Amino acid sequence: MRTVRAAAAIALASALTAVAGCGGGSSSGGGGSNESPKTLTYWASNQGPSIEADKKILTPELKKFEKETGIKVKLEVVPWADLLNRILAATTSGQGPDVLNIGNTWSASLQATGALLPWDQKNFDAIGGRDRFVDSAVASAGAEGQDPSAVPLYSLAYALYYNKKMFADAGISQPPATWDQLIADGRKISKDGKWALGAEGANLSNNIHQVFALGKQHGADFFDKAGKPTFTSDGAVAAVKQYIDFMAKDKIIAPGNAEYAQNQSLQDFAKGKTAMVLWQAAASTFASQGMKPEDWGVAPVPVPSGTPGTGQNLNSMVAGINIAVFNNTKNIDGAKKFVKFMTSDAEQKLLNKTYGSVPPVKAAQEDPAFSASDVKVLRDTLATSAAPLPQVANESQFETTVGTAVKGLFADAAAGKPVTTESVKAALTKAQQQMAQ
Amino acid sequence: MTVIVTPSSGHKAGDTEKTDGGGARGRRLPRIPDRIRQGGLPYLLLLPAVVLELLIHLIPMVIGIWVSFRQLTQFFIRNWGNSPFAGFDNYKIAIDFDAPIGQALLHSFLVTCAFTVLSVGLSWLFGVTAAIMLQENFRGRSVLRTIFLVPYALPVYAAVITWAFMFQHDNGLINHVLYDQLGLTDRPSFWLIGNNSFIALVVVSLWKSWPFAFLMLMAALQNIPRDLYEAASIDGAGIWQQIRTITLPSLRPVNQVLVLVLFLWTFNDFNTPYVLFGKSAPEAADLISIHIYQSSFVTWNFGSGSAMSVLLLLFLLLVTAVYLFLTSRGRKGSDV
Repeated sequence: MRTVRAAAAIALASALTAVAGCGGGSSSGGGGSNESPKTLTYWASNQGPSIEADKKILTPELKKFEKETGIKVKLEVVPWADLLNRILAATTSGQGPDVLNIGNTWSASLQATGALLPWDQKNFDAIGGRDRFVDSAVASAGAEGQDPSAVPLYSLAYALYYNKKMFADAGISQPPATWDQLIADGRKISKDGKWALGAEGANLSNNIHQVFALGKQHGADFFDKAGKPTFTSDGAVAAVKQYIDFMAKDKIIAPGNAEYAQNQSLQDFAKGKTAMVLWQAAASTFASQGMKPEDWGVAPVPVPSGTPGTGQNLNSMVAGINIAVFNNTKNIDGAKKFVKFMTSDAEQKLLNKTYGSVPPVKAAQEDPAFSASDVKVLRDTLATSAAPLPQVANESQFETTVGTAVKGLFADAAAGKPVTTESVKAALTKAQQQMAQ
Repeated sequence: MTVIVTPSSGHKAGDTEKTDGGGARGRRLPRIPDRIRQGGLPYLLLLPAVVLELLIHLIPMVIGIWVSFRQLTQFFIRNWGNSPFAGFDNYKIAIDFDAPIGQALLHSFLVTCAFTVLSVGLSWLFGVTAAIMLQENFRGRSVLRTIFLVPYALPVYAAVITWAFMFQHDNGLINHVLYDQLGLTDRPSFWLIGNNSFIALVVVSLWKSWPFAFLMLMAALQNIPRDLYEAASIDGAGIWQQIRTITLPSLRPVNQVLVLVLFLWTFNDFNTPYVLFGKSAPEAADLISIHIYQSSFVTWNFGSGSAMSVLLLLFLLLVTAVYLFLTSRGRKGSDV
């Protein structure tokens, strides 16, 4: 009996203590130093088809940098699923990389933590000046009126990718330019196990990107000027409903897409099960799934009417990756040199070509490679009809709450439950209430 | 593993030490009296475990409690010592069941209770049934035992990811069997979103935990003397009567520990919902561990998340204390 009791006590103690526990190391003051000027640690985000591919792409460039400056860069490619948590842990403990990539939508949230070096005039001058970068890309690097918390590295925008053969088979000669056309074309395609449009219904970030652009077209922002959430405005409700209705009412998205969260819609597209996807730089994924470049076409994301432009004809968020310097770096000068290297014209051309993205550096954009049809659509969208996601400190809460609401509505639509203006508004009201902390 | 040392053997050992090791001992530390040495040794051996327990469990727990009284949001995580004191605000928000955040926490708590009761109850039932059925010696018994233990031996992530594939709407094995093969449902069901996600969660949890119940109960069954069954069967007791009057009462001490440990593991289970559903679980399967994770790591409000953690800890402590009190009282009664 004593052993049973002892075993019970041990099991109990370990099971109970696993419950609470939230904290981290100590923190340290702001500003970097130059204590170790010969090394840098760089956390790169996963941009290529795999982590290994990224290492292969980046390592020769880092060697080049080492040759130029004598600074050795230790590279770690961090998967997207872990990157934000790793940055948060680094912020809390003060132990992090010197230079890191961040998703540009996190810029304002991370800016609020004070973990990243602000890019004021002096710091921008050290990398060749703020004017070298496209304005909309810099605007997605931090809250308005504050020094950006990062520098744009790769820019992306949404485009409509369509399967040329499926369009031809359905007797459609050109990609849709308006949503009405998309629905009409979609109904022609969606039959016999084939579907018109793909979606990632359980992917919170993707949901946000889609409803943000639709929201702009309905004249809605998800935050007001003071940074307060306005998720339940008529425009926001209409935007979310429009997106869900592609599945619920128009029946041009397969119900199964409601549970997609790992780019399964791209696989469906590559297999010829789905004719269109709204995506950022999908070309390399399609190629890796066995498609040939002539199999698909790229067009701007549809708008309510007319052609993409500003105001209610915006059709994409400014997507992209920014490069930031961690405030606790022990090699601040080296870190800035590395950012300068990564945003140099030559590296911008090379890396953006490899990743299929658009350089946020104006001079690099002039390379003819970025005028090829695929990239040109992305480039034109960024230049004329894209806006950054709300640059507010609680952007990540917005992605979670509204993204989850959209996911839940997709689940309703997939299960055949009615999706009405009221049910959409109720879901968004709940999301907004959860922001009020 | 108990070693019985007789006085004579102890004496002999002492003699040997004196003759063989006497010279070397002179240079060692002064001899520690037997009384202290014998009394202190267990504590010395426990010391590494205690230090690690403090470092890994207790100190983070204390910090967690401290954080729950702070307004620790993203604005302060870099210098969290300076986060403003929030008093009981985080707790008030968490238990204000009329407001959305409290309501969501309560909902998550109730879902977790239902999930735990089903998972633990069924795990125990499966475990005890299998253990009793495999008690008799027959051909292939050890093969079956090994097969039954496989889910317990598999790494959780690999196993749950496989389940996530099987539960997929379009290409999953579950829908293939239920809809395509057997025609039990009108159309393919969704298991990873919507209300069915609760069923998916219970199934995976059950699959994962019952082998542990089976293992514990199987070991406990070995300790029941065969004579009891033989005597009972001579007295004319049937199989059910034997199970009811011999097997189950004999398993009682093991059951007490088993149910408690399964309860705590299941109530706190984070891996299963996280791997099945990702960062945002469907409402029907919003277990409290993932809810708290969302409240702290996704929305970056660590004060609020910690307050919820502390409330959960208090609840589990309370349940455990009541459980131990009731079961130990029952045991004392039965001992008399």
